Amino acid sequence: MKKIKKIKIKLNGKVKQIPKDFKIDKLISDLKIPIKKVAIELNQEILDKKKLNKIKLKKNDKIEIVHFIGGG
Amino acid sequence: MKDQFTIAKKKFRSRLIVGTGKYKDMNECAKAVKLSGADIVTVAVRRVNISDKKKPLLMDYINPKKITYLPNTAGCFNSEEALRTLRLAREIGGWKLVKLEVLGDKRNLFPEMIETLKSTEILAKEGFKVMVYCNDDPLMAKRLENAGASAIMPLAAPIGSGLGILNTVNIKIIREQTNLPLVIDAGLGQASDATIAMELGCDGVLVNTAIAKAKKPFTMALAFKNAVLAGRQSYLSGRIKKNLMGKRSSPVKGII
Repeated sequence: MKKIKKIKIKLNGKVKQIPKDFKIDKLISDLKIPIKKVAIELNQEILDKKKLNKIKLKKNDKIEIVHFIGGG
Repeated sequence: MKDQFTIAKKKFRSRLIVGTGKYKDMNECAKAVKLSGADIVTVAVRRVNISDKKKPLLMDYINPKKITYLPNTAGCFNSEEALRTLRLAREIGGWKLVKLEVLGDKRNLFPEMIETLKSTEILAKEGFKVMVYCNDDPLMAKRLENAGASAIMPLAAPIGSGLGILNTVNIKIIREQTNLPLVIDAGLGQASDATIAMELGCDGVLVNTAIAKAKKPFTMALAFKNAVLAGRQSYLSGRIKKNLMGKRSSPVKGII
């Protein structure tokens, strides 16, 4: 069986291992994140939520997923 | 005549804006918001908790279709951070009405006005409707207005201090010079502080700590609701002149 190569990315400040060529939409759905309630940044650039299936993650990519919480 | 609170052409029923931070839990927060009668709540933008997916979400407790979310840049200490936060907020769900708050000092939490002014200009150009947290400085308020702010939000006192309005003269001067919505933001301690703000001619008040940290947040939420209404009515009714000496309430004629 062919071994899938893994890469390391940073997700909300924490290191995470994912398979090479993993797409962002798959990452979001695997994490069960409600897409309508969040915004996503890849290497400090805000992503268009409609185009997530087109973006393959690369080694050392930095992803931030944010939402609204209580605040003053 | 209907007395409506308008910000960036959007009309709101309540002149009380409440923060959603510092509550014991989401249930308490949602109930206090409901009792306050607020149409607008401030919210913060933070990382999603990846490891604990069962953590309750604010949107499950306060429906953003019924209550206007006002994304806030609390915790930002420069223009770059604030812009990044608000651009992300806009991406979450198309929010354009935002609260800009750039702080300059971790202890007194005063706004960093140079960075605030810079950010206001950029955000306004990007189509944001910016409600700007600022110092109670009339000159700076004017500059924010010229930079394209949608509302001026001077502090009453340092954030969370509960000291009430410290400089009523400055607030009056700012009221005098601007037609933009003027909202007192930060530093209120009790309901009567909100009445004073409204009697000074402010268009609204923004309260978080004074409600969330009151011994009884629910009755305090109600108290603030009533205080804002009372203050607004009092302002619109036109107060009497202040006199040094007493003036009789009953006629002198006919005294026996």
